[in-house]
Amino acid sequence: MRSSPRAEPRGRGEGKPRKGLPLIFWRPSRRREEWVAALGFLAIGLVLIGFFVIWPSIRTLWLSLFDADGFAGVRNFARLFGDREIVDLGRFLRREPPWGALLHNLVWVCVHLPFTVGLGLVLAVVFSKIRSWWVGIARGAIYLGIVTPLIVGGVIIRFLFDKHAGMAPQILGALGAPVPWSAGWTAYPETALLALVIGSIWLWTGFSMVLHSAGLSTIDRELYEAAQIDGASELAQFRYITLPLLRPVTLVVAAMTFLWELKIFDIVYVATMGGPGGASNVLALEMYFSAFRELDPYRASAIATLITLFSLPVGYWFARRRLRR
Amino acid sequence: MRKRNILAKSIAIAVAVIWALPFIGIVMTALRPSREVLYGWWYPPFHFSIRNFVNAWTHPTAALGIGLRNSLQVAIGATVLPTFVASLMAYGLGRLRFPGRGPLLMLIGLLLALPQQMIAWPLFREMHALGLLNSLAGLVLAHSAWGLPWIVFFLRGYIETLPVELEEAARIDGAGRWKTFMYVIFPLMLPALASVMVLQFTWVWNDFFLALILIFDPNKMVLTQRIPLLRGQYHVDWGLLSAGALITMLVPLLVFVFLQRYFVRGLIGGAVK
Repeated sequence: MRSSPRAEPRGRGEGKPRKGLPLIFWRPSRRREEWVAALGFLAIGLVLIGFFVIWPSIRTLWLSLFDADGFAGVRNFARLFGDREIVDLGRFLRREPPWGALLHNLVWVCVHLPFTVGLGLVLAVVFSKIRSWWVGIARGAIYLGIVTPLIVGGVIIRFLFDKHAGMAPQILGALGAPVPWSAGWTAYPETALLALVIGSIWLWTGFSMVLHSAGLSTIDRELYEAAQIDGASELAQFRYITLPLLRPVTLVVAAMTFLWELKIFDIVYVATMGGPGGASNVLALEMYFSAFRELDPYRASAIATLITLFSLPVGYWFARRRLRR
Repeated sequence: MRKRNILAKSIAIAVAVIWALPFIGIVMTALRPSREVLYGWWYPPFHFSIRNFVNAWTHPTAALGIGLRNSLQVAIGATVLPTFVASLMAYGLGRLRFPGRGPLLMLIGLLLALPQQMIAWPLFREMHALGLLNSLAGLVLAHSAWGLPWIVFFLRGYIETLPVELEEAARIDGAGRWKTFMYVIFPLMLPALASVMVLQFTWVWNDFFLALILIFDPNKMVLTQRIPLLRGQYHVDWGLLSAGALITMLVPLLVFVFLQRYFVRGLIGGAVK
C-alpha cells in the first residue's frame, strides 16, 4: 500500500527525500552533481526521443496552424468539422454511410470498447471457473489475436467476409439473409464498417482477457470462500467481489482500448482502404491520404493533432496513475 | 453446480470455435491449390500443395523472402538498441533524484499515448534530410525512438521494486554510479529486459505505419508492407494472400509460443502494475 494518494510531487516538492531512499543517493548539496550524473544516463535516449518523437510532434502541431496561404489559426480545424470526409452528420442521422472518418472512429469506440472490455472480462472469469482442455484451446485461439500483425488481421477480416471465400456471408446466405449480408461485407457501404469492427473485436479481445485474467489471479480466494459460506450466489460474487476488485484493471484496459481505436489504421488500410466510397474511412487513414497522397501537410497535421487531442487526456490519466507509485 | 460447469464449458467450446475458425480457414486456404478454395475453403476434395507458399516467397513484386530478411534486421535492431538505451534512462529516472525529474517522467508518460500520425509527416521530412529515407537503419532509428518511452516506463517501474540495499552495498564498496548500474542493476533487470525485448520485437515486427511512410524501395520493404501488395488490383488470390499472412505471422507466433511467459508478463506489467 502506498501511503499518500499523490506521491508524485510537482515542482519544488521534488527535493524532498522519498521513503526508502538511501541518504547517500540524496543530499541537498549533491543536487547539481546528481543532475550531471542523470544527464549521463539520459542523454542518448533524450536525443533520440527529442529528435524523432518530440520535435516531429511539435512540427505537426505547428503545421496544423498554417495553410498554403500562411498562418491560419484554428481554421484548419474548423474546416475539418465542416468536411464531409471527417464529419457528415446529415448522413449519420439518415443512417446512410459514409458518415465521415471521425464519426466512424466514434462508432468504433462505442461498439468495440464495451464488447472487447466486457467480453474479455467475462471470458476471463468463466475460464477461471472450470478445467477443460477446451479452455486451453479457447485461450490459445484468443491469444493469437494479440500477436497477429494487424495487417494480417485485416487480411483475415477481408477473407472472413469475402463474397465467395468468406464464411460469414456464406453462412448468412444459406440462412436466407438479403444481399449486403450474404455478399462481400467489405464491398457494401452498409456493412463495411461493421465487418471491420467485428473483426477488430475478434483481434483485440485477447488483450482484455489477458489483463483481466492476471487481475483475477491477484484476488484473494478467501473472499469467495467467505461469500460462499454466507450463501452468496455465483452472480452475487461476481457483482460484489470480482467486479469491484477488477475495476482498476478494467479501467486500464478501457483506456488502452480507446487509444487503440483512435489510431486504428492497418486493418482498414489492407481490408477496405477506407471504402467503399469512404464508408469505412478512419481518422488515421484520412491523415495518411491527406499527407502522402494529396500532399497537404496542413490538413494532415490538423487531423493528426485532432487524434492527439483525443488521446492525450487518456494518456495523462494513465501516466498520472502509473507515476503515483 | 453441474449445470454451471456445462454452461461454462459450452461457452469455452463456442469461443474456441469462433476464434480459431478464421485462422483454420487461412491455414486451409494456404495449403490447398487455389482453384479448390474459390468458393470456400471448407468444400472437399482436399489436396495438399505448397505452391502458394513458394509463390508468395518469390512473388515478382512483393517477394516475402526478402521481406522476411528486412523485417528481421529491423526488428532485431529496433529491439536491442532501445532496450539498452532505455535501461540507462530507467536507472537515471528511477534512482537519481534530480530537478526536473517529475516533469520529465510526465512528458515520457504522455508520449505513450501519442499516435504515430502525429510524427509522420515531419519524420518523413527529417529522414529525407538525413538521407535515411528508404533505409532500414532509418526505420530502426525511428522505431527505437518510438519504443523508448514505454520501455523506459516499464523498466523504471521495475527498478523501483528492486531493493536499494544492494546499490548501497556497491556504493560502500566504492563503486560509482556507472559501475553500480553495470554490475548490480543491469543483471537484476534481466527478467524485465526479456519481457521488454519480446514485446518490442513483436510490435516492431507487426508495425506497418512507420514502414509504410519511411520505406518504398521494393527491395527494402519489410514483410508487413508486402502483404497489401500481394493482393491483386482486381482479383484476390486468397491462396497466395493466406500463405503470405502465415509467413508474416510465423515469427511473432513462434516468439509467443516459446516466450509466452515473458510476453504476457510484459503486457501485464506494462499496463496494470
